[in-house]
Amino acid sequence: MSQGRLIPRDRSAHPVAYDPQYKTSVTRSPSLPLLSLESTPTEETGPRFGHSDLGALDHDLIRNWTKGKAEAIGERILVHGRVTDETGRGIPGALVEVWQANAGGRYRHKKDGYLAPLDPNFGGAGRCLSDESGAYAFFTIKPGAYPWPNRGNDWRPAHIHFALSGPCFGQRLITQMYFEGDPLIHRCPIAATVKDRGQLDSLMAPLDMSQARPLDHLAYRFDIVLRGRRQAWFENRPEGM
Amino acid sequence: MVQKLTQWRETPSQTAGPYVHLGLMPTWAGNAGAYEKELGQSPIAEGAKGEVIEIAGQVLDGTGWPLRDALIESWQADAAGRFPGTEGADPAVSGFCRFAIDPESAEFTLRTVKPGAVSLPDGRVQSPHIALWIVARGINMGLQTRIYFEDADRDADPVLSRIEQRDRVETLIAKPQGDGRYRFDIRLQGPGETVFLDM
Repeated sequence: MSQGRLIPRDRSAHPVAYDPQYKTSVTRSPSLPLLSLESTPTEETGPRFGHSDLGALDHDLIRNWTKGKAEAIGERILVHGRVTDETGRGIPGALVEVWQANAGGRYRHKKDGYLAPLDPNFGGAGRCLSDESGAYAFFTIKPGAYPWPNRGNDWRPAHIHFALSGPCFGQRLITQMYFEGDPLIHRCPIAATVKDRGQLDSLMAPLDMSQARPLDHLAYRFDIVLRGRRQAWFENRPEGM
Repeated sequence: MVQKLTQWRETPSQTAGPYVHLGLMPTWAGNAGAYEKELGQSPIAEGAKGEVIEIAGQVLDGTGWPLRDALIESWQADAAGRFPGTEGADPAVSGFCRFAIDPESAEFTLRTVKPGAVSLPDGRVQSPHIALWIVARGINMGLQTRIYFEDADRDADPVLSRIEQRDRVETLIAKPQGDGRYRFDIRLQGPGETVFLDM
């Protein structure tokens, strides 16, 4: 039995496109409805990435900017979890790409001019492939909160950006991981674009002492669910018949 | 009580933010050398079969202002309509590209081969097209759309045929400019709003 169409997206699981509290979304959100259709091979195929695409330190943001010569400043953490689909199956070989601010809340990006200094030993980007069970892990430092121009005094909670690529281009997802207990999460208009409280909770990674290493690093767990596919029971027939 | 239906909900999207290039296109962000190999630098390698084309355009917001911080990913079939990774596909076509907006011209450029028509398992045929996924600050969930070509047969395409307002089909069609160059602007909102897909 082969795999069938992608499971149609449940848009209530996701943020609203237009949210006046997140001001940039006001002019960048489509005002007409999306055209919803069954997926085709265009969405059901996608680029494949292999271990030969990745460098040995790509998963280690503490050391990858200096190629292992020096370590980044900040609270050392392991971020790990599983990438599964909506049916609960692990997705092996998923490309997990992350980027984040440094411990002071500054991004190493030509457009970030926040007054917090760059850490000469921190780049802020990492990537890895999930293993056979869908598990992935990174070493990094906990990013700092930072202010941003939106309402009069908005601050982003500490967060790590995640970009996920499964086997299908239609599964592509970008999201942000927050840290359990951060009081800025519930003041953040970007987090608040997710209207379903349970879904917003699913972006908050709990402290996971089972994976923390004594005298070295703490750990946070962040599981990720991508779109799934139906089983192809009787699908080789024209649509609607 | 009925049996319990176990299913997981997709992780919610969040905006890619203004610094998405740091993670996905580090050289563009000013961090050349962060990775030995950046992914999605070109959808084609030397020797790719078919017509090499260049598609340029802008991403415009609801006021008509061009975005400079967007990042776009593209995915397409080879010149024979086969997706990379499937049987018989052109090994010189990876089909995948990441591109950003030039800060001076506020334009993106995608250099690739013109894809072929794609046959579906049920016998229908999709006209030549390139799938796009657009992310930026202020876009809370990546936007899916497609580029079709004015100089290719599009009559039977199963996606285009489902667009009710026929004049909106034009928003998905790249216009030839000569010498293999095409124009394709993306309007996020307002007059001429691009048809975005949920597929």
